[in-house]
Amino acid sequence: MQQLGMGQAVNQALREEMARNPDVFIAGEGVGVSIHDNPMLPTAGLLREFGPGRVKDTPVSEAAIAGLAVGAAVAGLRPVVEIMFNPFFTLASDMIVNHAAKLRYLSGGKSTFPLVVRIKSGAGFGAGCQHSHNLEAWVAHCPGLKVVMPSTPADAKGLLKSAIRDDDPVIFIEDMMLYFAPGPVPDEEYLIPMGKADIKRKGQDATIVTWSKMLGVAMKAADRLAEEGVQVEVVDLRTLVPLDKETVLSSVRKTGRLVVLHEATRTGGFAGEICAVVTEEAFSSLKAPFRRVTGPDIPVPVSPPLERFYIPDEEKLIEAVREIL
Amino acid sequence: MQVSKEKKLEMLRSMLLSRRFEESLVELCKIQGKIPGMMILCTGQEAVGSGVCSALNPEDVIISNHRSHNHLLAKGADPKALMAEIYGKKTGCNKGKSGTLHLAVPEINAPCTSTVVGGGLPISVGVAFAQKYKNEKSVTVCLFGDGAADEGSFHEALNLASLWDLPVIFVCENNLYAGAQRYEEHTKVKNIADRAVGYAIAGEIVDGNDAVAVFEATRRARERAVSGQGPTLIECKTYRCRGHGEADPQHYQPKDEIAEWTEKCPIPRLRGELLSEGWITDKELQELEKEIEKMVADAVRFAEESPWPDLEEALEDVYVS
Repeated sequence: MQQLGMGQAVNQALREEMARNPDVFIAGEGVGVSIHDNPMLPTAGLLREFGPGRVKDTPVSEAAIAGLAVGAAVAGLRPVVEIMFNPFFTLASDMIVNHAAKLRYLSGGKSTFPLVVRIKSGAGFGAGCQHSHNLEAWVAHCPGLKVVMPSTPADAKGLLKSAIRDDDPVIFIEDMMLYFAPGPVPDEEYLIPMGKADIKRKGQDATIVTWSKMLGVAMKAADRLAEEGVQVEVVDLRTLVPLDKETVLSSVRKTGRLVVLHEATRTGGFAGEICAVVTEEAFSSLKAPFRRVTGPDIPVPVSPPLERFYIPDEEKLIEAVREIL
Repeated sequence: MQVSKEKKLEMLRSMLLSRRFEESLVELCKIQGKIPGMMILCTGQEAVGSGVCSALNPEDVIISNHRSHNHLLAKGADPKALMAEIYGKKTGCNKGKSGTLHLAVPEINAPCTSTVVGGGLPISVGVAFAQKYKNEKSVTVCLFGDGAADEGSFHEALNLASLWDLPVIFVCENNLYAGAQRYEEHTKVKNIADRAVGYAIAGEIVDGNDAVAVFEATRRARERAVSGQGPTLIECKTYRCRGHGEADPQHYQPKDEIAEWTEKCPIPRLRGELLSEGWITDKELQELEKEIEKMVADAVRFAEESPWPDLEEALEDVYVS
């Protein structure tokens, strides 16, 4: 099996879907000629392969990029556009929140918007809060959008292929720190359905629900807890919308304990939603109060120790698990 | 090039239909609870949508805004389905989910209407991109107001459309008011069409109360678009005879200004032209008006008699799958 970083896995998904369907095109700032020119990045080499007709380098115009996707989608294409950093989503948000998400409903189901917005996200590269800000809860709160946040290269590839084939607008959030971490990716073609969580580690003492880069933190914490004889189950949501409630609930029913882990800030974060669902539907299974381990309610700072403090780590997670054991 | 009798009659007909349609909405709005929400009308501006749409082919796409009744009727929307939608009925073109503001009629290539000021502009660029991508000989028209030309989306859309030579026609209905702000209070440049220079595209100013002039400008822009010469910005100078919604008392609009522009109504103007050219008789005009009267009355009756949507329908149409 090939070993790829998530950037390369995304690249393969884009290449395969573009080859499969001529209606798929990509657009964004630097998707063709990137100032980084790094083969580990998601759109490397695609311009050479598919030409400037299908790999569209755009001006620095997030509203136009997102509008391009909305208009091209309603006219029958399958756009995959890129927003360079998650905080810049705010500049594209009118087109996504008010148009991509709502126009199908407003048309009474007559118009469809099969588009994917790939957003690079995550803290950890020292760029500060206008380049690092996880906004998945914003988009998850907006009916009409599907929200995907893969944690492994293999998941990223299979989920992105599904997202491109999906007839609804999909927000596909890639943590940039995962671009360079290699992992096994099947050689043959495969799809991973959206709306299906994955149990990345089995256990019976507590459930950790997480997604994206925080999966790595959860797995490390699980290894260390196992040394103490504590077996945690790690549920990787993979998609926030649609939410695989059943996998979460059945895990919590089995373990009786829940910790939700995400990098995004705490207040109004998606952990609150998971905890609410579990409290509503599996309250009697809970042997202890749930815990949330999240980024603090601050913009992401630049200073290396402060940025490390911002990003939840295994120490904080282990402490939270111990609190409820 | 001469504008044919058929085209002029088509424009007159769609203007008369829009006017009668909106007159009936004014009456309906006065009856408490008859029409939900806001009601934003384009009375006096009909020459724009009617002129533009008469210059288009059926496969051409329009992206409209909150003042859309004329645009959609001129493009060929069914008045019954529009009226029922405005009522919020199950039989409405969008099953009662959009109401008057976001009417979408994909079957006539009007797939979405944005009520976010300037929202249609980037979307029209995307539709035009798809037309070019698929090598279609069709164009996209985005209709927007003078207020929308102040939005960032206007500038991003024009820049990208110009850069990629997309077959899109940006039609600004400059009706002199954005909300309660008069044009001079929100924009320093004298003509919005002057901004075309900044994007290296063609810009035209037309009398927005002259349907024939709008038609001709659109036809020229369409020719440019399909021959690969890229977008055009057309500014139609017109006037907002009614307020920003029927609840607006228009206290900021001088009464004599409204009266002056009411005199310049585009409908008698084209009607007079057709009569003086001998292309229509008084009797034929009366018959046409009677036919339109009946069409609108039928639409109102259809809306009145249509059922409300089932409550479960509120939960449908969010996702395809």
